[in-house]
Amino acid sequence: MFESIDFTLIDWSRAQFALTAIYHWLFVPLTLGLSFIIAIMESLYVKTGNEEWKRITRFWMTLFGINFAIGVATGIILEFEFGTNWSNYSWFVGDIFGAPLAIEGILAFFLESTFVAVMFFGWNKVSKKFHLISTWLVAIGANLSALWILVANAWMQNPVGMVFNPDTARNEMVSFWDVLFNEVAVSKFLHTISSGFLLASMFVLGISAWYLLQNREHILAKRSILIAGIFGLLSSLLVAYTGDNSARTLSEAQPVKFAAFEALYEGKQNAGLVAIGILKRSDLKIGEKEVNDFAFRIEIPGFLSVMTKGDKNAFVPGIYDLVNGDASKGILSVTEKIERGKKARDLLIEFKAAKKNNDTQKAEGISGMFRDKKFIDNYFRYFGYAFLEKPEDVIPGVKTSFYSFHIMVMLGFYFILVFVMALYFLYSGTLLKKRWFLWIALWSILLPYVAGELGWVLAEMGRQPWIIQDLMPVSAAVSNISSGSVMTTFALFAILFTVLLIAEISIMIRQIKLGPKH
Amino acid sequence: MNQVSYAISRLFRFYYDGFRSMSWWGRRVWVIILIKLFVIFLIMKLFFFQGFLSERYSTDEQKSEYVLDQLINSK
Repeated sequence: MFESIDFTLIDWSRAQFALTAIYHWLFVPLTLGLSFIIAIMESLYVKTGNEEWKRITRFWMTLFGINFAIGVATGIILEFEFGTNWSNYSWFVGDIFGAPLAIEGILAFFLESTFVAVMFFGWNKVSKKFHLISTWLVAIGANLSALWILVANAWMQNPVGMVFNPDTARNEMVSFWDVLFNEVAVSKFLHTISSGFLLASMFVLGISAWYLLQNREHILAKRSILIAGIFGLLSSLLVAYTGDNSARTLSEAQPVKFAAFEALYEGKQNAGLVAIGILKRSDLKIGEKEVNDFAFRIEIPGFLSVMTKGDKNAFVPGIYDLVNGDASKGILSVTEKIERGKKARDLLIEFKAAKKNNDTQKAEGISGMFRDKKFIDNYFRYFGYAFLEKPEDVIPGVKTSFYSFHIMVMLGFYFILVFVMALYFLYSGTLLKKRWFLWIALWSILLPYVAGELGWVLAEMGRQPWIIQDLMPVSAAVSNISSGSVMTTFALFAILFTVLLIAEISIMIRQIKLGPKH
Repeated sequence: MNQVSYAISRLFRFYYDGFRSMSWWGRRVWVIILIKLFVIFLIMKLFFFQGFLSERYSTDEQKSEYVLDQLINSK
């Protein structure tokens, strides 16, 4: 079956999903963060009764509304793609993916749709307090919507809380709480929403800086910079903290990805974290895959060991260790995992034959084995390895993982610096004179978008070849459809999203130029 | 009953007035939303994204069998 699927189809299906996810993520983070900034500003209005705060709130609410409206429903396309381009995957994940997405849909519809209307239509029609509660509920609702999407994504990175039912060929949820509190989900949710807060803060800071450069809207700009500076600084510190947590959970759940984003080939104790590095080709290979070496690097000694296990003497496995295995460290080789995966698959073949021969007893016995913890831990958890041809297939793009991770982290530190400087210049009363900083703040609006997209590139490309970690590679997930139809819809999406993005930017620029009075 | 119809009428007026007094940008984004929903649900969903399994198989049993075949017939 899989022999008939050409890699053009897989590549185009992946490219299409990447395109829609990347575009979708251009709209989402601003909604996540700006909703809270608006809620904070409106709280100050309600508390102080100062009309200036109301004017400021309404101005940022306008930009929030434009972004919200343009971005809404762009995520639906991803769900279409699951059903059409990734049907094997969609069926295999069963209700585990469906349940969080259904909750997200209900939450998004009822919480956001209802209270967004009050936010925009309710000024002077409902009480100040009710309006404020609505604004906070929109912020909380938007972020809770993100929670469910991220829970679903985290399950793909670290599948837990389910058993596979060979009778239906689906995974079935056995513990909702295991899925919800999956450690990857918790760190992913906190890291992602805090990056959204950071992005929105930089957006507010940058546009406020533009007003100061234009020598207009001083009160709005300074007050907005105060809120964005504090919220942004706290968010960027939270991003750093949750990023550290994320790395720790990844080192357990996705060790090859973790080794790839540090370009760590040989595992070691007292492993250093690469602060800055440039990769080059080496003459070495793992199977058919080339090995990268460092042309240059600055390393923080022992920090990688501390980051993963809290102990500088802890061993951090490298790509060689994870591919070849190391019995002394309890690491199975990929060859062994392939064998175990094949045993699980062979059992599935036996199950099918038993059903065909109406051998109910045997079929039920095999079905029971797929619910047995010992079998799951030793065999079924490596099910996806049965699809691999070579051990080195488990290695993702090391260069892509390494650079996306390191550029993202460097940008993270840059954001902390920008927010500290903004608050310092504001506090010292020198902000208006620091035109160079105002220009930096303005152009920095783009950088959190870059960092956020790099984060997703790392998360999704760094876990290749898996669509579900260790259980299903992308090659087994894709539908056997014509690559021509995927190419056509790729082009349609590219046009649709580009038009939406141009529309958003042009309407926003118009409103920003008009300013808060309008 | 009167209270219910009064509440519905107030709710209706709330949305009606809101849409009527909408600003330039509000009207513009609503046009974009409607075009977007039309393209997504009526063009893409109808012509390009009907669901691979649903299009080919009518029962869950058939779908399960197909996916099971896919899972076990790998190299």
